[in-house]
Amino acid sequence: MSSCHVVEDPIKKVAIFGGTHGNELTGVFLVKHWLENGAEIQRTGLEVKPFITNPRAVKKCTRYIDCDLNRVFDCENLGKKMSEDLPYEVRRAQEINHLFGPKGSEDSYDIIFDLHNTTSNMGCTLILEDSKNDFLIQMFHYIKTSLAPLPCYVYLIEHPSLKYATTRSVAKYPVGIEVGPQPQGVLRADILDQMRKMIKYALDFIHNFNEGKEFPPCALEVYKIMEKVDYPRDENGEIAAIIHPNLQDQDWKPLCPGDPVFLTLDGKTIPLGGDCTVHPVFVNEAAYYEKKEAFAKTTILTLNAKSVRSSLH
Amino acid sequence: MCSLPVPREPLRRVAVTGGTHGNEMSGVYLARYWLQAPGELQRPSFSAVPVLANPAATAACRRYVGRDLNRTFTSTFLTARAHPDDPYEVTRARELNQLLGPKASDQAFDFILDLHNTTANVGTCLILESASNVFAMHLCRHLQLQSPEPPCRVFLYQMPREETFSIDSVAKNGMVLELGPQPQGVLRADLLTRARALVAAALDFIQLFNQGTAFPAFEMEAYGTVSIVDFPRTDAGDLAGAVHPQLQDQDFQPLLPGAPIFQLFSGKDVLYEGGPTTYPAFINEAAYYEKGIAFFQTEKLTFSVPALPALAPAPTPAP
Repeated sequence: MSSCHVVEDPIKKVAIFGGTHGNELTGVFLVKHWLENGAEIQRTGLEVKPFITNPRAVKKCTRYIDCDLNRVFDCENLGKKMSEDLPYEVRRAQEINHLFGPKGSEDSYDIIFDLHNTTSNMGCTLILEDSKNDFLIQMFHYIKTSLAPLPCYVYLIEHPSLKYATTRSVAKYPVGIEVGPQPQGVLRADILDQMRKMIKYALDFIHNFNEGKEFPPCALEVYKIMEKVDYPRDENGEIAAIIHPNLQDQDWKPLCPGDPVFLTLDGKTIPLGGDCTVHPVFVNEAAYYEKKEAFAKTTILTLNAKSVRSSLH
Repeated sequence: MCSLPVPREPLRRVAVTGGTHGNEMSGVYLARYWLQAPGELQRPSFSAVPVLANPAATAACRRYVGRDLNRTFTSTFLTARAHPDDPYEVTRARELNQLLGPKASDQAFDFILDLHNTTANVGTCLILESASNVFAMHLCRHLQLQSPEPPCRVFLYQMPREETFSIDSVAKNGMVLELGPQPQGVLRADLLTRARALVAAALDFIQLFNQGTAFPAFEMEAYGTVSIVDFPRTDAGDLAGAVHPQLQDQDFQPLLPGAPIFQLFSGKDVLYEGGPTTYPAFINEAAYYEKGIAFFQTEKLTFSVPALPALAPAPTPAP
């Protein structure tokens, strides 16, 4: 094997998760639809399993019941002794790990797509957890190219402290799909159509790969997380300023030192400090108020992937 | 048309309520702010009282905890004996009825302005029970003239012979300010600024009236509820499709027979087969999925609103 080629086993088992957050409705309804009529997600020789990950939260149309399911797939929670006293989502995480994992083992699913929505104006976003994963970089490059001229961004969450233990991390290749803006508890046809296309192109890529197509080396622009920024808060912990109108809906765009970031009710503008231009993401996401995240700062990197092809050919 | 009597006394007891639905953030945030800094709600003839209507739902950032507070101000709930199993909002409605009412009594507040947000693209929407409320119609007119952009529309929600049920019905007079689109649990600066300016303009109007200003008659368009349309559903009651992209965000725009209203997950379109042109409102509001409402069908009506006479000058106190 030459150093600029990666030869990998064909992909056999893929899962598509919806309802990891029960009020992000695009994934909920796409998965429910595919459970009834899955023709559009089937590809020859590939097992594709649609799955509702947090059915109780879906039923209540809430993000979670006891705790955020998308943060508990770490060794500690997955290794806890099963008990009725555990939070619902921790018990559910162990079930999911049993069905689609175990995480980090040979038996785990090859790829899990986890479908999410955000209230932020992020458009079509793919979330990458590992910058050295040639296969996923190639897949994201394929999806991005296929969606053009519709923009598609890649958010890299590889970080020593900010990376979190996602539901999809049970698989060998975890893929987060995030489309916005869409309010919680609302289903928008335009957003549904975009997410559906992202899944179609992802499955087409896997199919082509399994069929023996070789994907030449490629470069992918990604936005790597640097830091989470909280709202200014008063002494009681209440939010003391809100996202400035100039920053609202400006996800991915450059934000320079001195640019307005927050606005207080007394009319005071709080600008970006520091000395470097950043690219904000998850600006004003509803679910992140409680996580103390008004937005995340990212920086642009280019990742280079080697050529990949399947080992069967 | 039977008109509600116009006030013959100055409106001294005015409340501005926010957080009636705990995840509609403009009102939540403004009410909290005014509870700390009420100066903005003061006028020479009165001081409006800020009220955080549903503190438990606000703390949980949910519409409600037990049941929708804004459907709980009916005589059944307000007059029934208190019971330990009552949903939180039933207890809270009785508290608010004590604070701001009692409903339909002489002691009730003169005016309640209730602040809401919607995920629907309604822009600025002023909601009244009916056009027979001459004072509130003049207030709407004043707000339309004060803030022409985006359009400030008047929506009449009351179905005939229906008992009033919302928080503003506790006062002698009231109105709802509904701004959208804004997701639940999100604060947008643009909508917050607009809500704040509209509240200031509403209080200014009450001040003008209290100090003896007369307002001439006018004609006004308003949208009256005709019926509700539910989503297409599966046999199990689940959604079978979404609001059609051509209808999404088109609140108050004419919808003609034959136009698509839903897109099924199978890809097929559902068309509007109604008779006359309708004006859909509250299209794809998150909180209405559970109520079986994809949108309201409204009709555009024109009302002739009579003049609002000036208050008689207060009698000079005897020396």
